[in-house]
Amino acid sequence: MLADFAIGRESSEFKKGLQAGITIGIGYFPIALTFGLLAKTSGLSIYESVLMSMIVFAGASQYISLSLIAYGTGIFEIVLTTFIVNIRHFLMSTALNEKCEDDHLGNKMLYSFGITDETFSVVATKEGTATTGFMFGVNLLAYSSWVIFTGIGHLIGASLPQTLQESMGVALYAMFIGLLVPSLKKSVKVLFLAALAAIFNSIFTLGGIMAQGWAIVTSTILSAVVIELIEVIKAKHWGVKHEK
Amino acid sequence: MKSEILWMIIGMGLVTYIPRMLPFVLFKGMELPPFIQGVLKNVPYATLGALIFPAIIFIQKDDIWYGIAGAVAAFAAAFLGANVIVVVLGSITVLAVYSFFL
Repeated sequence: MLADFAIGRESSEFKKGLQAGITIGIGYFPIALTFGLLAKTSGLSIYESVLMSMIVFAGASQYISLSLIAYGTGIFEIVLTTFIVNIRHFLMSTALNEKCEDDHLGNKMLYSFGITDETFSVVATKEGTATTGFMFGVNLLAYSSWVIFTGIGHLIGASLPQTLQESMGVALYAMFIGLLVPSLKKSVKVLFLAALAAIFNSIFTLGGIMAQGWAIVTSTILSAVVIELIEVIKAKHWGVKHEK
Repeated sequence: MKSEILWMIIGMGLVTYIPRMLPFVLFKGMELPPFIQGVLKNVPYATLGALIFPAIIFIQKDDIWYGIAGAVAAFAAAFLGANVIVVVLGSITVLAVYSFFL
């Protein structure tokens, strides 16, 4: 009976994960569709395109690889660029490792495959611990949307009507805002964290100081460290209690 | 399937998976110093700030107001307490209307 109870809890956590992943699924739809279409025009077969979405599962770097293929860039440079663009996931996984419930390493190694900017944002802003079931639910929905719509984009070989395509481009950003604002309303610290990182990132990217992949990591670390330092100093000097 | 493309995909997959997976292996069951833990708790909100800005302003390269309209719509909906899905669908609708009329 205890086992039944545990399985019931796992499956409801999995369902909660699937539900939380729906927004990501919607957001990936236009991007994956366009990726499939562009992959086709870059000369990749449907198998190659879908395989790339299945094995890499990282939007920005997949797009970049297509433009590099079009330039005739060598494999080594494409792989190296992918590494640089995706190195930010290291930081995200480190943060999630603190948030996820303790479990077999095998499970963690499996669900870590599905960590993207979007799945990370959904899991990290969730209240309380993230269970293994929840992780699998969110990642599976996001992954399915990405892979399936890559294939459909290649198959139909056309994108959405332009107006719809353009307006759907806001989806993932709107999702990020929808995830950020509830915490932002509750805590000034969150407001400072997000604003400072946004300012750093704007300076780095608009100033042409670094490529976007690095800019996001660098501004995140800078903001997270600076705000934490301020908190520690405040606590030491004025005995202000550390915010939860 | 061209073997060159296949190797490229495998290479891209490996260099993407390793940074995603490694922290779970490296820091498994490890108690990090409190300061680092604090920084890691800050990471999600800082990341969201950096993911949103300045990229949202440039979803339409030749019309900055398009992105700003989307951002304002999303912030307004989220601030009024709308569910994430409502925020997303609401912003898409606002922009569809925007490009229909302007």
